[in-house]
Amino acid sequence: MTTQIEAPSLPVPSEPPERPLQAGEDEARHDEGRRTFMKLAAASGVMAGLSGCSVSLDEFLQKHFKELKGEELKKVLARLEAKQKARWGQSVRIGTEAAQEGVEFGYGLDISRCVGCRRCVYACVQENNQSRESPQIHWIRVLEMDKAHGVDLAHAEVYYDPATVPQPGKFYFPVQCQQCRNPPCVKACPTQATWKEKDGIVVIDYDWCIGCRCCMSACPYGARHFTFAEPTLPAGELNPDQHYLGNRPRPKGVVEKCTFCIQRARNGRYTACVEVCPVGARKFGNLLDPESEIRKVMETKRVFIFKEELATHPQFYYFYAS
Amino acid sequence: MTGILQFLKNCARQVTTGGRAYFLWLAALACAIAVGVTGYANQAQHGLIVTNIRDQVSWAFYIGNFTFLVGVAAAAVLLVIPAYVYHWGPIKEVVLLGELLAISALAMCLLFIMADMGRPDRLLHMTPIIGSPNWPRSLLTWDALVLNVYLVLNLTVVGYILYESYNRREPNKKILFPLVILSIPVSISTHTVTAFLYNGMAARPYWNASILAPRFIASAFCSGPAVMLILFQVLRKTAGIPIKDEAIRKVAELMAYAMFFNLFLLGAELFKEFYSATEHLQYTKYYWFGIGSHTALVKYAWGSLAASVAAFVIFVVPRFRENWTLLNLGCLLIWAGVYIEKGLGLVIPGFTPDTLGEIYEYQPTLTEWSIAIGVFGVGFLILTVLVKISVPILTGTFKAQEAASASH
Repeated sequence: MTTQIEAPSLPVPSEPPERPLQAGEDEARHDEGRRTFMKLAAASGVMAGLSGCSVSLDEFLQKHFKELKGEELKKVLARLEAKQKARWGQSVRIGTEAAQEGVEFGYGLDISRCVGCRRCVYACVQENNQSRESPQIHWIRVLEMDKAHGVDLAHAEVYYDPATVPQPGKFYFPVQCQQCRNPPCVKACPTQATWKEKDGIVVIDYDWCIGCRCCMSACPYGARHFTFAEPTLPAGELNPDQHYLGNRPRPKGVVEKCTFCIQRARNGRYTACVEVCPVGARKFGNLLDPESEIRKVMETKRVFIFKEELATHPQFYYFYAS
Repeated sequence: MTGILQFLKNCARQVTTGGRAYFLWLAALACAIAVGVTGYANQAQHGLIVTNIRDQVSWAFYIGNFTFLVGVAAAAVLLVIPAYVYHWGPIKEVVLLGELLAISALAMCLLFIMADMGRPDRLLHMTPIIGSPNWPRSLLTWDALVLNVYLVLNLTVVGYILYESYNRREPNKKILFPLVILSIPVSISTHTVTAFLYNGMAARPYWNASILAPRFIASAFCSGPAVMLILFQVLRKTAGIPIKDEAIRKVAELMAYAMFFNLFLLGAELFKEFYSATEHLQYTKYYWFGIGSHTALVKYAWGSLAASVAAFVIFVVPRFRENWTLLNLGCLLIWAGVYIEKGLGLVIPGFTPDTLGEIYEYQPTLTEWSIAIGVFGVGFLILTVLVKISVPILTGTFKAQEAASASH
């Protein structure tokens, strides 16, 4: 006996992501570039450039996160918190909670339930202090796929924008960091600025990353994003509840990605995307706990992993529950 | 010590004196560098958003130029091999000029990497002791290692030959020979490791083909010597360095073989992609034919192939390569063909479509062009200065005063 799950209709899907201008479409931007260029050519160029990359001595000398201990760590956190206070006028707390013994996070995504409403995309943006526009950064990409083709990236559309979702003949396939057990990004990083924690979360030290983007070339899931400009985050929208390796605002010129909401997960909470999903398509829990939701999913449903041929061994599982 | 100071002072004088053509050339380079500095100031202020690099195409023009120039640097020194095998006479000159080109090309490589980095202020995080290089796992740390070793090796050889010649001494073969021999495998390794940087990425099927490193080497054997051939002719005319016609024609012939091999490997790749026609075909298809309305690179693909084939014909037919106009045309065609092939043609299709199937058509912005022009300006300035100092030393017109050499 099978039960058909009726997905609730969500007439208004959230905005599609901002589509970058393609070659040939970007005349306007080129003109803008030319104007800036001319302006800069008027001798002020070099000065402007130098002021644009001003880095304080403390920032320049800051150590790798794993080497920061005790008083030194406290000082760094205080400085980073003060910097945010100065910019957003808001008190924040940057946590450094470590991985817990006996915890390994796993994620399940039910493709038959997902309706492609993109609530998860924007909940993630708010929770994780992503840059809102120019550059717009989304850690979750929801792909619209044809039922006729199945999971086929050559027939996937990320900028779908219908009046209502789900659309007939379509299904939706959200992708975010798969928290690989064998992460190609970690292997590619020349400075050990990204690594896999004991609880399975792949993290980045944003203050150690040199912005070479090797990890982005290496990632098979498009999960890594670059801060092409100083992130835009309006005052009042800053999430003050932060983790050093998670959602604290990132500087310009580094790489960022989904961390299973490390600031939540390590304090026993669901990730923002799990919490917001209106159809319950997202499951999250401790893979080492046989009673956890994710283990139940793996026990009772049939799961698969994305791009298994690359042997990245994700801790992120897809399944069809109905 | 005073000897070295005097040497440097004399070098400075050498560089600041010259004819009208020399100063016009320097002025042109200065303009190029100024364009680059303005471009970079814009990028440093606003971030890489002023480029057309995006998450979908996360490496682009800068890294393409870097890759091409690694090839130029690698192959310039490889001329040492035919110079020995065919007894060209002025081997010292050939070695030295090759190394000068390699030094300039390596300087450009490092500048392009700096231009591409989001946080160049954190470059030291890659170095041992101060930083935490992810060595030996990360290919970029390998690349930094071999490129720097190669640079130091070239600087040592060049500095040693020049300083000894300036002081009217014959360089000690026992020191020089092993260094020159060592620079051959190091030069090959620089280009191989750069190929591996792409090759090792399983996420990008366009690069994840074992033919990549051999193709890198084959194309480098074309582009590096192309510059050398033109440089040889210029110096023969202006400075009277005795480089024989046969030497130049021999290099052209070797370039024809290298280009044949490069085209053969390309054919092998195209066969595999088009005959098996798997999902991985789309990257190759995007480059050569475009996907749907996305055809930004198609003209470059065919232009590059046409240039390479034409250059091959010129260099392989003795009658053609013995014609100086055609020979120089061939050099330009090879340079253009390989520049596209190892630049945009290598990097961009690797990312198009991206790992989630999205097609973002990349084309460099004005800022990217300006920075590239500036970097080439710096590279050619370095080459000009080095050649300006080296050539009179080689021809014996620029040397230490008797007193200075006696003090040693």
